[in-house]
Amino acid sequence: MEALILEPSLYTVKAILILDNDGERLFAKYYDDTYPSVKEQKAFEKNIFNKTHRTDSEIALLEGLTVVYKGSIDLYFYVIGSSYENELMLMAVLNCLFDSLSQMLRKNVEKRALLENMEGLFLAVDEIVDGGVILESDPQQVVHRVALRGEDVPLTEQTVSQVLQSAKEQIKWSLLR
Amino acid sequence: MLKKFDKKDEESGGGSNPFQHLEKSAVLQEARVFNETPINPRKCAHILTKILYLINQGEHLGTTEATEAFFAMTKLFQSNDPTLRRMCYLTIKEMSSIAEDVIIVTSSLTKDMTGKDDNYRGPAVRALCQITDSTMLQAIERYMKQAIVDKVPSVSSSALVSSLHLLKSSFDVVKRWVNEAQEAASSDNIMVQYHALGLLYHVRKNDRLAVNKMISKFTRHGLKSPFAYCMMIRVASKQLEEEDGSRDSPLFDFIESCLRNKHEMVVYEAASAIVNLPGCSAKELAPAVSVLQLFCSSPKAALRYAAVRTLNKVAMKHPSAVTACNLDLENLVTDSNRSIATLAITTLLKTGSESSIDRLMKQISSFMSEISDEFKVVVVQAISALCQKYPRKHAVLMNFLFTMLREEGGFEYKRAIVDCIISIIEENSESKETGLSHLCEFIEDCEFTVLATRILHLLGQEGPKTNNPSKYIRFIYNRVVLEHEEVRAGAVSALAKFGAQNEEMLPSILVLLKRCVMDDDNEVRDRATFYLSVLEQKQKALNAGYILNGLTVSIPGLERALQQYTLEPSEKPFDLKSVPLATTPIAEQRPESTPITAVKQPEKVAATRQEIFQEQLAAVPEFHGLGPLFKSSSEAVALTESETEYVVRCTKHTFLNHMVFQFDCTNTLNDQILENVTVQMEPTESYDILCYVPAKSLAYNQPGTCYTLVALPEGDPTAVACTFSCMMKFTVKDCDPTTGETDDEGYEDEYVLEDLEVTLADHILRVLKPNFGAAWDEVGEEFEKEETFTLSTIKTLEEAVGNIVKFLGMQPCERSDKVPENKNSHTLFLAGVFRGGHDILVRSRLVLTDTVTMQVTARSTEELPVDIILASVG
Repeated sequence: MEALILEPSLYTVKAILILDNDGERLFAKYYDDTYPSVKEQKAFEKNIFNKTHRTDSEIALLEGLTVVYKGSIDLYFYVIGSSYENELMLMAVLNCLFDSLSQMLRKNVEKRALLENMEGLFLAVDEIVDGGVILESDPQQVVHRVALRGEDVPLTEQTVSQVLQSAKEQIKWSLLR
Repeated sequence: MLKKFDKKDEESGGGSNPFQHLEKSAVLQEARVFNETPINPRKCAHILTKILYLINQGEHLGTTEATEAFFAMTKLFQSNDPTLRRMCYLTIKEMSSIAEDVIIVTSSLTKDMTGKDDNYRGPAVRALCQITDSTMLQAIERYMKQAIVDKVPSVSSSALVSSLHLLKSSFDVVKRWVNEAQEAASSDNIMVQYHALGLLYHVRKNDRLAVNKMISKFTRHGLKSPFAYCMMIRVASKQLEEEDGSRDSPLFDFIESCLRNKHEMVVYEAASAIVNLPGCSAKELAPAVSVLQLFCSSPKAALRYAAVRTLNKVAMKHPSAVTACNLDLENLVTDSNRSIATLAITTLLKTGSESSIDRLMKQISSFMSEISDEFKVVVVQAISALCQKYPRKHAVLMNFLFTMLREEGGFEYKRAIVDCIISIIEENSESKETGLSHLCEFIEDCEFTVLATRILHLLGQEGPKTNNPSKYIRFIYNRVVLEHEEVRAGAVSALAKFGAQNEEMLPSILVLLKRCVMDDDNEVRDRATFYLSVLEQKQKALNAGYILNGLTVSIPGLERALQQYTLEPSEKPFDLKSVPLATTPIAEQRPESTPITAVKQPEKVAATRQEIFQEQLAAVPEFHGLGPLFKSSSEAVALTESETEYVVRCTKHTFLNHMVFQFDCTNTLNDQILENVTVQMEPTESYDILCYVPAKSLAYNQPGTCYTLVALPEGDPTAVACTFSCMMKFTVKDCDPTTGETDDEGYEDEYVLEDLEVTLADHILRVLKPNFGAAWDEVGEEFEKEETFTLSTIKTLEEAVGNIVKFLGMQPCERSDKVPENKNSHTLFLAGVFRGGHDILVRSRLVLTDTVTMQVTARSTEELPVDIILASVG
């Protein structure tokens, strides 16, 4: 941990990961060559998952990298940066990702909902971080830019189960309100 | 009720991951749908999602299949469905590095980028820049400039960030966009401002003045974005560091003012920048430390973590500055985030008083099992530092280390513990017995071969000197019975060391060694047989030479010498003295020379510097018949200033009766060529100059080498130290610096070099004797001489020890180069090998009164080296 003056850089994020409650990769985007091969990436993800999924603390130092994380039902969100990086910046990215998804999935941040909105996830991450540079940190902006049509899908194009699901969602939220 | 239903539903549908069993080939097959008209946007978007998901899972796409899918995808630009279009952009980015000819989408993307729909424009810019190389960039330059100053933030940000990525490949093009970036930097949008400042800095970072201007301009008006502040703080602290920080600079004021920013992110960045500035005084640290102190009680774990981690850094250099935070740190000791708790405790261990150690150690041991190996190593390091600070606490700390040693952990972690214990044993002789017995217990169940052999070696070295050596035998012999061959071999060596030093134990050791003679493994068997026959001779000198102190030759050197010997069969037996000795690295404090057992370590048998020299010298016909190279001086001495016309550096090579001076010369004049370069030498003592080997020609800036061979004085062999005055002689030929054509005619010239010193240290090799006492007895007192000197100019024992070691060029043994504090007498043990391969040992007793009085006792297997040493010291 030698004192080191950071080379000023906009490249803040090394990776964004989303794992399920078995530690399986649902989404992973690595922005630099810290873990060049898929094998190394998976090993790193396994290590991260083992060290974090049982605790609810939100930050850890693993393999010389700072990892901020957050769990939600059966999902685990991770943002990874260098150990010299400002932890609060990484936290801002994590919060933005989580809040954006939470809005897009109507507060229903869990594995199945996420898988049904995979394209939304891809687009949101693309709006938040570009090549390791933080592009946007305001969840409202992200949701606005992703602009998923959601409602305006013609009913005819939806499958029966999707219609049922969305009806159920609507009932649930109206009851909870 | 509803919730329950939901949950049940979820369980039944648990396996309904639509992406779970995707087959690459099936998905690519599906991609043919892209060619259908009319396009079904929903279906196509879903297929693109599947492709992206596959890439995301680490599936490898071949170039052909990727290109095929990519081309099919380009059809989708006909649809105006927004989601589908966005998925296309993503696919383009993902495939830009896999598929071929991705640039065919350039025109579609350019159209979207300049189109009306704002939601398309930003992503289109990013996708376009991803597929554009430096040759294509010129074509879209105009659009990029427009996009940078676009009033829609997402477009502007996208353009700026993409420009930043492009800097790596097309610096010269992007450089022309600074005016636009400058305009964007005054944007009201916080992200645009951040990206614009980042781009500006990266374009200008080599121009200090411009960077300074930029900082003062943007900080004067204040920034909107916290991210931009963080960036500016980093830029400012880097500038400060390069300026070698006068703290009156406005840059420092700026950083300090950021401590009062309303965003925590900025405040933390500023505090951490101040902490990391080199050579920061306690006064400058104080405001930073006090904001970190506030953060310690934040409800956000990340902020607490950041604060305590930074405080931990401060505590390494300025423990007193952190003392004010001790109370806040105490509260973090029980933090539910174990990383925070660990950092808090290790910080407290650095800043707290001796009395709090017991309590803190107890606290930390309660959750040691929950933290990651990285932090465990941090804890071990903190303990190791504590042991040096409070030697009296070693009992508590040792106990803690042993508990940790018994628990599960990776290699790095275990090694850190073992290192720490070994260093405690070395510092504290009282802790030796407990330490050794705990280590014995550890190797009873140790999965790491390297650690086991290392501990066995330590046991062999330290065990026999303890009060009750026999208790270690059982542990060591257990290794012979239970472990695999590497550890068994180490154990056999350790046993032999006990036998060599303890008469009473010898019979039982012999019995044990006899059992090992039947081992399955060659190495173990060989060692046992060898040690057995040495021990049975019952001669102290043999024990010392072959068991306790081992071989000191360089292993690759031995290999080469033996190979040479087998190639040229001769009547003479192989002479071990002809093998170059292993040189002991000067910086190495610990006895790293774990003999033979540690050879398995990954250190490659690379040719050392000396062996390279040896080969170079062997290629010069004049030097045949000098015998093996004994020693080369560790670094070349400069005989000129570094900025002069000719640069000459000298390396000294010592042979049995000769010395070779190697002059590495460089000609720094581009209008001259030097020919026939020699260095003429004039000795003050009776050295004989035998011959000069010239460097044929020295062209501009191409180093060349010439040699001078001298014979060591025969008449007065004790006069080894000598000064040579040197003069470089050569023929100059003028040449044209541009064409390189030279004149045919040259003229003689000379150039005076600085004097060259040959000292005693050039004749002695440093050799480590792990057991000095045994070596001392082995050499015997036949040629012992003793004399007493007064070192009138030296005021402390440390200084005396340092000077003696440097002057004699010998290796301090048994850590005797470390002078214990508050003592006024000390004994220094030095070992070396004199030219010709004679061991030489020096025991030097130092007494401090007002000045240092030194009694030197030297022993060797020959008389000459002893005389030379004493003559030189006097």
